[in-house]
Amino acid sequence: MYDMKSVKAAFPYTLPVLAGYMFLGTAFGLLMSTKGYPLWYPLLMSVIIYAGALQFASVPLLAQSFDPAGAFIFALMINARHLFYGISMLSKYRDAGPFRYPLAHTLTDETFSVLSAADVPEGIDPTRFYLAVSLLDHSYWIAGTIIGAAAGQLLPFDLRGLDFSLTALFIVLFVEQIKGKNGLAGGTAGALMSLIALLLFGSERMVIWSMLLILIVLLAGRRLMDHE
Amino acid sequence: MSDMQFIITAVMLALATMATRYLPFMVFKDNKLPGIIVYLGKLLPSAMMGLLVIYSFKDFDFGSLSGALPPLTAGLAAALLHLWKRNTMLSIAVSTAVYMLLIRI
Repeated sequence: MYDMKSVKAAFPYTLPVLAGYMFLGTAFGLLMSTKGYPLWYPLLMSVIIYAGALQFASVPLLAQSFDPAGAFIFALMINARHLFYGISMLSKYRDAGPFRYPLAHTLTDETFSVLSAADVPEGIDPTRFYLAVSLLDHSYWIAGTIIGAAAGQLLPFDLRGLDFSLTALFIVLFVEQIKGKNGLAGGTAGALMSLIALLLFGSERMVIWSMLLILIVLLAGRRLMDHE
Repeated sequence: MSDMQFIITAVMLALATMATRYLPFMVFKDNKLPGIIVYLGKLLPSAMMGLLVIYSFKDFDFGSLSGALPPLTAGLAAALLHLWKRNTMLSIAVSTAVYMLLIRI
């Protein structure tokens, strides 16, 4: 499926993600461990879900009563942004054939950031390159989770507040987005509408209302631009 | 919840995630994207990150100083450090450390 040549070519591109995912994956594994969950819980999540924001955000969910439908909708709302990552990668993945599905499956925020900006090195097949990056990233995430969950049992010190690393990650990605093209308009709209949704509709329902308000504002903005 | 309930929950989370990731590739098989989708595709990623930032702050206790200060300070540290150094790991590590320190003071 992928060869050593493309893996070697892909590896340097994944170094920031290696660091980030090892850190955050460990934080996630550790967090689950401190909540009392056995190793296979976070491991399963990191293998089949592979979505950092959602995995962190779902930790409180696991302590609440069993609600599979609620969990599904929750995940849809939190991860709705992936719809747009997919759209952005449509042209790059056009020639991937059947591999577009494993590529889609592993399209996280960070993998998307790396791949949407990267130029495929000369002599390397693009699809194999994208696949190598995506699979390397996933392996870092899994490795970090295992380390965090396993070491969590051994570390005696108090790790309260470690989950702030998630908030920090979002802030970092937000800053990255704002600096990009169209980022300031979109980012401001997103943050502002979410704040309004939070204040008006409360903590429980803010995500879906935020998305609605954001959609309205962005579509209205397009109308205004069309009328210029 | 029980182990089986956890597995089902995890699978639900995974299926929903897969849906958001696979859908564009299933719907838009060729390259003809409607203008509205192209427009949203440019603006939504940053908007969603804005949403996630607010989302991650929503459960802090902003009613008290001891509740509000750690997340706001650490959050500001993350943003400023990242604007300065543009180093993801550094920004996350330092701001998390700041937060963990402040909640213990």
